[in-house]
Parts: sequence; structure tokens; C-alpha cells
Amino acid sequence: MMMPSGRFLTRAMAGAAILATALAAPAPAQQAPQPAPAAAAASNTFDAVRARGTLICGVNTGLAGFAQPDSQGVWRGFDVDYCRAYAAAIFGDPTKVRFVPTTAQNRFTALQSGEVDVLSRNTTWTLSRDTSLGFDFTGTNFFDGQGFMVKASTGVKTAKELDGATICVQPGTTTEQNLTDWARATRIRFTPVVIERLEEVVQAYLAGRCDAYTTDVSGLAATRSAQQRPADHVILPDVISKEPLSPLVRQGDPRFADVIKWVHYMLLSAEEFGITQANVQQMLQNDARPEVQRMLGRGGDLGRMLGLDNAWGANVIRAIGNYAEIFERNLKPIGLQRGPNALWTAGGLQYSPPFR
Amino acid sequence: MSDITLNTAAAGVPEAAPRSAPLTQIGLVGWLRANLFSSWLSSAVSLLLLYLIIRWAAGFIEWGIVNAIWSVPNNQTQACRDLKGTGACWAVITEKHRFMLFGTYPYEEHWRPFLVCLLFIGLYVVSAMRRFWRWELALIWVAVLTLIGVLMWGGILGLSYVPQERWGGLPITLILATFGLAFAFPLAILVALGRRSSLPAIKVLCIMYVELIRGVPLISLLFMASVMFPLFLPEGMNIDKLLRAQIAIILFAAAYLAEVVRGGLQALPKGQYEAADALGLSYWQKTGFIILPQALRLVIPPLVNTFIGFFKDTSLVLIIGIFDLLTAGKTAIIEPAWQGFGVEVYITIGAIYFVFCFAMSKYSQGLEAELNRHRRR
Repeated sequence: MMMPSGRFLTRAMAGAAILATALAAPAPAQQAPQPAPAAAAASNTFDAVRARGTLICGVNTGLAGFAQPDSQGVWRGFDVDYCRAYAAAIFGDPTKVRFVPTTAQNRFTALQSGEVDVLSRNTTWTLSRDTSLGFDFTGTNFFDGQGFMVKASTGVKTAKELDGATICVQPGTTTEQNLTDWARATRIRFTPVVIERLEEVVQAYLAGRCDAYTTDVSGLAATRSAQQRPADHVILPDVISKEPLSPLVRQGDPRFADVIKWVHYMLLSAEEFGITQANVQQMLQNDARPEVQRMLGRGGDLGRMLGLDNAWGANVIRAIGNYAEIFERNLKPIGLQRGPNALWTAGGLQYSPPFR
Repeated sequence: MSDITLNTAAAGVPEAAPRSAPLTQIGLVGWLRANLFSSWLSSAVSLLLLYLIIRWAAGFIEWGIVNAIWSVPNNQTQACRDLKGTGACWAVITEKHRFMLFGTYPYEEHWRPFLVCLLFIGLYVVSAMRRFWRWELALIWVAVLTLIGVLMWGGILGLSYVPQERWGGLPITLILATFGLAFAFPLAILVALGRRSSLPAIKVLCIMYVELIRGVPLISLLFMASVMFPLFLPEGMNIDKLLRAQIAIILFAAAYLAEVVRGGLQALPKGQYEAADALGLSYWQKTGFIILPQALRLVIPPLVNTFIGFFKDTSLVLIIGIFDLLTAGKTAIIEPAWQGFGVEVYITIGAIYFVFCFAMSKYSQGLEAELNRHRRR
């Protein structure tokens, strides 16, 4: 609701705005002539990105496995690899991307205001965000959901066995509500231990004040990997809520959204057809399957249709590998299993439309 | 007294060899007796506290030095985890210190933020010395701050361009604190003078500014700067996130400092104002030569208190995704291999903050003593 009035005010504040530009950092984008009118800029992220020569990607300020800088300050993680994949698709070079760390509070503004081009930051796809916030979600690249962690010594194998258990949970989020709903639906009785702060709730679980700890599976995995002996804790296979995490872009630029969307599908299809970082060159030359030929740009004109180079797919895989490789590299070390993120051919939910 | 002594000496009374006071009255023993063991109650308390301090110190030395692990090969933190908390894992600092200090700044270019930190410290030292308190100091500030900007951004003189979102760690903390206070202090003086002005418009404006800013927490101002403000700008136009946070900090600090300065202005006896008027000084002469030098001297302790507070408050920028020293430290221990070693990281960061704040505090004590010499009798 802020946005329309904001735009109007903007024009009135042109004078102040020019002063502000002068004060602003000499980022390359600002060395371009005066900013284009809002409407034109909104529909032209794709051209703006190409003209700038780098993609600006909003990522988490630090979430194990998804986005975190390593000891040398280089960003690593699942969401970060997606950003590199976009850069590889658009520019043929995975290094042409800038990472802007965003917090849970300022992530949406960063995207709305154009501070970032795409938000690749473990954000749940919901109807209200898709519509009233004015974003386009480009396809779930990680199916998260609320799960349970128990101590291995308890011998619990499924969530059904938690009847009568004490469960640690943080208040205020949807987590608590999901837990209650699930318990009612499955007729399970439990005693909640509600603790506000993350460290304290984890401490309570470790100290044995509750039998199980519940939050999103990715969060459980991160907590588990931080323990002295991760193997002492088991994440149960049951997932009781839907948290589809998806990259998102501003609404109103279908061309850019298409690129972001199809890079994800490229990663999935590459896994499906067995194209990896190691064998992509060989596949490009030798594989006779027509879909592989089209994906890697030897046949068809798919890249051109997206407004990209025909070799975009080969560039993406060469730079960062396929979906399975990204998963192995980033999420396996924190103890996450493929689960619902397996390919549809392996009983999971990850499914790519055909490349033709 | 001294007269009498002189007289007796002059009268030829044989002078006894000077004797020192009894050993139980002076020196360490005397001090201990006077301060720690003057009664059975204070002896008991002293012994108890001594016991606790020694126990704690021994525990800390055992944890921090004897059992500690200083480095591990290739992120293999198993050795650290096997300690089960009986020893510190300083390996996390060995591994992550460059990230904690400089954030995501390009690794091969770390000499640039390092130089920036040295420049800042040099600037503080030079500004602290009274013999450099001349108007040329302002030029030095401008030159050094420009140099710092060039070093951080690059893009000229063969330095590669480093966008702001890659800056991090200690330079961010120093930039926010230094620029924040350097701009806030003059603004605060103007606002404080304005609040005591006889011109109603200026007075109301200053009161509104101070009350409005003091009425909201810093965190909400930072939110305004980072979340609301960009929505009022056209798409594609972004004022640097760091600059927005910096402006919010300046406005906030200025409101608080203004109240401190106003306290000094009000503490001055009215006679000083009247005497200045009687000399026929103009308003600005009166303020510059008579009022402010005395008023500011009075408020050195609360001023430094506010400075120290703001130096640490800069860490609030973590909520808008800027990697200051504290945030960089927190981010360093997100990597799964290094999770769970927060204590070591927080001790290190605490030590860095302490060095800066303690230096500020010590310096202000010295300054206070020096400037208030005329009050001592």
C-alpha cells in the first residue's frame, strides 16, 4: 500500500532525489544517466541487468547451507549457487553477480525498491506475497516444511510415536499453530514447552526438558549439525507443513522471471539426464538425445527464445553443476536428505517441464 | 607546620636521622590493612572474594590457555569438539579472524581495510593530542577521510572497485562511529544553542527535532532508513544502504548529544553570559569564546559516555544486513564446521570493543583532569 503513494511523492521530490543521487555511492548503475521512469524500469530488469553487466542478488545474511560467507569472505550456499547459475545463464560468467545480504525485515523492500534484481533467500511462497506484495515466485527450489528432531537414544522413528511427548517449540510463528493443527488432526496428545529465543529452546531440548524439538527441517538440520555429536539426534521423516522456498523477482517483468524460472528447470533437467559439471563438455559433443542437445544449445533455438545465448544451459552446468551437485555441495554437509526434493523420477517433487 | 620545623632546625636541636614510618603503616602491608583487612568483616569478605577471583582466573587460564586449541588443519574441528568445553577453541579465531575484521571484502585486497583501520586509529591519536588542536586539524580530517573513501571504494589509482555491500567488519564499525560522531557533534551544538535561542521558530524546531528523535528507538530509525525510505525513491535509484544507516545514526546521536551540550550550557552561571554581553561581544563571539569552551568542559564525562554508547550502538545495523564487527563475528560461526564456538568469537569481539571504549574513557579522564586544573586547590 506504500508503493503507489510513494511513487507519486517521488516525482514531487525530484529535486531532493537529485541531491541524494549526488550523495549516493558511485555504484556503476548510478553512473548511468538519470534513472528511467519507474514504470519503464519495472518492466525492464532484464535489460537493466544486461546493461549493468552484473546481476544483484539478495541473499540471507547467514544461514548454514543456504547462504553464508566462508573464511575468505566468499559467499557459499544453496541460494548463492543459484545466483551464480543466473549469472552464468545471463552473462556466461558465474562471477558476474553481486551479493547483497538481506535480513528477514528488509528483504522485500530491497526487491521492491530495486536494490536487488532477484531475491534468492529461503523465502516461502505464499499467495499474499505473490499477489499483494507484487512479486513473482519463480518455482520452488527447496521444499521445506516443519519437522521434528528427537534424540536417537529414544528410538522414535516416526512422528506418530510422539503421542504423550513433550515438544519444544518457539511461539509467535506459524510453527506453534502447525503443531497444534497436526496434533489435532492425528489425535496425538502432547505437552508443548514454549520458549521464545532460539538458543534457549535448543538448550531446553538438549537438556532433556522436552522429548522433541520442532521447527522447519532446514533449521533442524542446521541445529543438528552444530551439536557435538550430530549422530545423537534424528530428524524424523514426517513433515507437517508446507514451506516451499522459491526465488522471487518483481512482478511485471515476465522475460526476467522466465530466465530465473528456466535456470532452475535447467538444473533439474540436467540432473534428470545425468549431465554434470564434469561431463557437460562430453555430453555437449557426444550425447545424441535430442532434449540434451536442445538444453546444451546444440540444437533448437531455446536460448534465443529466452533472450539468452544458446549455450546458456551448458554455461550454467559448467559453472556450478546440476541440482544434485548443488544439493550435495551445500545441504548434505548440514545433514539434509533429499526427501521431497528428490526428482519426480525418484519419488520426490522436483519436476521440470520439457525443454522443447 | 613547616615554619616550626624550620625554626627548630635553625635552633640547633640535634636532628634525628629520618626514619620511615612503621612497615605496618605504609607500603603494601599498610595499604592492605587499611583497605582490605580493617575489620573482621572486611577481612572475611576480602578472603572470600580473593578465593572466588583466584578460582575463576585459574579456571579461565585452564580453559583459555592450558587446554586451548590454537589451530586445526582444514576446518577439521573434531579436535575442538572433543574438548567438550574444557578448553577454548581459538582455532576459530585463527581461521576466521580475517573475516571477522574485514567481512566479505575481497580477500586479496584486505590490506586496504587494514590500512583504513590504521588510518582511523592514527586520526584518533592525532586528534587527541592538544598540540594539534588547530584549524589545520580539520584539513587533516578531510584529507584522511577522503583517503579512507578512496581506499575502501577503489576504482581509481589502479585499485579495483569494491562495492559497498562487500565492506564489512571493523572498518564498518569505525566508519559508522567516526562519521556519525564527527557530524553529530557540530549538529548537536547547533541544536543545543537553538533550543536556548530566543527566536521562537528556531527554538520550536530544535525542540521538535530532539523530542521526536529521542522518542523513538534507534532501531526504528534504522528501519525507517532501510525499509521505508527506499519506497519513496523511484525504482532503479538507490541511495547506498550504508549511507542511509549513517544518516540515521548521525540524526540520532545528534539529538542525544544536543541534550548533553544543553546541560553544559545551563550549568554555566548567568554571570558569564552577562559578562560577555557587557564586553560588547556579538552572539557568535560570546558563544565561541566564552560560553562553549566552559560549557563543553563541564560535560566531558556525559559526552564521552554518549560517545562510548554510540560506538557500541553501531552494531544495531545488523538488522538491516550490514556486516559490522559484531555481525561479521556472528556470521563467522554460521558455517557448520565452526558452529558452537560462539564464546571464543564473542570474547575476541568484546576485547576489540573494550580496547576502543577503554581508550576513549581513559583519554577523557586525562582531558578532564587537564582542562579542570584551575578548579583544583
